[in-house]
Order: sequence, then C-alpha cells, then structure tokens
Amino acid sequence: MRKTFGDDVAKEMRFVTKSVVGEENFIDMQPNMSNNFCCGGGGGFLQATGYGEQRRQYGKVKNDQIMATGATYCITPCHNCHSQVHDLSEHFGGHYQVVHLWTLIALSLGMLGENEREYLGEDLCECGLGSIEE
Amino acid sequence: MAEAALKIGGGPRQTTFMDKVMEVLPEGGNLNLCLTCGACSSGCPATGLEGMDPRKFLRMAALGLDEEITKTGWVWCCTQCRRCVHACPMNIDIPRLVYNCRAAWPREERPKGIRGSCDAALNTEGNSAMGANSEDFQFVVEDVLEEVREDQPQFKDMQVPINKHGAMYFLNQNSREPVTEPDEMVPLWKILHTAGADWTYGTIGWAAENYCMFLSDDEAWEKIVRAKAKAVDDLGCEYWLNTE
Ligand code: SF4
Ligand code: SF4
Repeated sequence: MRKTFGDDVAKEMRFVTKSVVGEENFIDMQPNMSNNFCCGGGGGFLQATGYGEQRRQYGKVKNDQIMATGATYCITPCHNCHSQVHDLSEHFGGHYQVVHLWTLIALSLGMLGENEREYLGEDLCECGLGSIEE
Repeated sequence: MAEAALKIGGGPRQTTFMDKVMEVLPEGGNLNLCLTCGACSSGCPATGLEGMDPRKFLRMAALGLDEEITKTGWVWCCTQCRRCVHACPMNIDIPRLVYNCRAAWPREERPKGIRGSCDAALNTEGNSAMGANSEDFQFVVEDVLEEVREDQPQFKDMQVPINKHGAMYFLNQNSREPVTEPDEMVPLWKILHTAGADWTYGTIGWAAENYCMFLSDDEAWEKIVRAKAKAVDDLGCEYWLNTE
C-alpha cells in the first residue's frame, strides 16, 4: 500500500474484509494503513540465508501489533507475509491463525472445500462444509 | 544541492559511494538533505539489527564511510518497506541507498536463498523461483481441478484455462502453491469462476515471484519482467494480474 497504490487501496481491502467477516469481527491494528509496519517477510528477508534470527527480531514489532488486537485470525495479503506471520505466530507463541483473504472470501460465499482449509482453526474448519458436498 | 559538510579524512573532497548513488536516483533520492532528526530510525523495525539503523546508515554514507555501508549485513535486514521515507520530513530515500549497497556486494556473496531463487527463475521458462517446470505446473493444475470437479458438484463445470488466447486477464501464480500446497490454488479459481472472469494461466512466465529484485540484480530482474510481460502480450491478454 505504502509502496505503490496508497491508502485508497488499503480502504478497499478493509471494505472487502468487513464484507466477508462482518464489521463487528474486524479489528484494525495500530498503527495502520500507510503508518503500518512491514511484517519482515518482504524484500527477500525470508530467503536471506543466515539472517533468520534477525528476521524474527524484525517481525516482533508486527507480532506485538497483532497480539495487541486480541484477534484470533490474522489476514495476510501475500505469500511472503503469510509465511512470515505464520512463523511469528508459532515462534512467539501467539498461536493466532494466519489466513489468505481468498480463504475467507470463499468461506463466506459457502464454497470453501474440505481440502482448502489448511489455515483455518478448529472453530471454522467445519463451517459451511455441508453445503458444498453431495 | 548542498555539499556534504564533512568527510572523514579531510583533504580534497572525494567522490563517495553516496555521491554515485545520488547520480542515478531521481532528485538524488534527497540523500544529502538529512536533518538527523531520527524519525526514520524510531519507526523502523530493522533498527538495532546488526548494530545499525536507517539514520546511522545514511549518516555513515554521508560521511563517506563507503567500506562500512557496502559491507554491513544490515542491507539484507532492511525490507525496503519505505516506512522511513513516509516518516521523513525531507522525503529521503534510504531504501534505494540500501538497494544500491546490496548491489555493491559480489553476487556470489549475496544471501544464498535469494540468489538461488533468482537463478531458478532465470533457468525455467515459467520464471519459477522454486524451479518448477511448466509441465509439472500444468499437470498439478489439471489434477487438482479434476478432483474438485468430481468432489464438489457445485464446481463440476469450472474451467482453469491455460494459454487461452485473448483472455481478458493473464493471472500469475506463486510457485509455492503448485509446488507445496496445490489445494490453496482452488479458492481463487472459485472466486474467478463465480465472478465470471475471463482469465488464463500461461505456461510461459507464469510464476508471480521475482527475487532478482531483492538480489539487486537489475539485469536479471529486467530480463524476468520482460519475459513475463511478453508472455502476456503473446497471448493477447488485456490485463496482467500479479498476486504478489
Ligand atoms: S527521518 Fe529523514 S531527515 Fe530525519 S534522520 Fe531520517 S533521513 Fe534524516
Ligand atoms: S525501508 Fe528499510 S530502513 Fe526504511 S523503515 Fe523499512 S526496513 Fe527500515
């Protein structure tokens, strides 16, 4: 967002997220939008052999932000973020779920298949399954 | 443009690494306008790593400590997230200085994982950083699709076009899914199917990732971007969708 498209796109992402999970279930982290912090997965950091410890230290800022929301799910917009935040969740023991937005869109539309639920927690892994099977 | 006030060592002013970087950046990246306020460092998650922070890094560059700034491993800890630029009152582009310092490392000494990902992309027609070849990609896509069509009647007619000429959208795919968790491709297919989108994958330049940029290997980066753009043009697609 900060790098290219600006806050307008960040607002569109929030519109989609709120439409999918319900306004009352959305918690923004602080700070947010263009003031937000990078998770530390970008710029090649995840692939930077020999810098794993530094990467996690960098990511602690993001982990603390996520923990402060008290949310049980964190939505990540790209693969690097997903891998990094997933790792932070386990490494720092927060154990919040880390999901792609497409998972929640498909779930909310009642069309998320059984094998497509790898990153959902126990509370949602059965949700709506009946409607998509024979 | 202001002259840097002080160079370590004194004597006649010599061209520093920062001077050279300024020549290639628009507005010189404003690199010589620093007020030393520290706003960049106070909001940078990489502050303190490798004993460095963005302000210190820039000050060292301004002082002509070329050896130090082109050798510190900190350049691999800055994710080039641009939060410092956003916060800086003088709009100073530290991440571009970082980018150029990465490029000053001998290629074979840059982090192996990033270099390997760039090289794998250069060596596959799909530009896959995981080295996945296009036949395997196509096979996995078709295999997963068949299973979804059989098991989920709601999607028995779903298509996942590959190399469809004239499709509206050419969609890139991160290698991670076909290689390690193919079922994760399905939700996106379903969304596109439900939205009635006219889209296609391609067997050329299909991979979404490009680590050559993170490696600061401009030539390789350009080569991959051009190969991918050409793949979109060759299929006559109107939009190139990159999910990264
Ligand atoms: S925020 Fe800008 S002006 Fe302030 S120390 Fe950092 S680079 Fe210098
Ligand atoms: S671009 Fe680099 S130096 Fe600037 S805030 Fe991000 S990590 Fe820190």
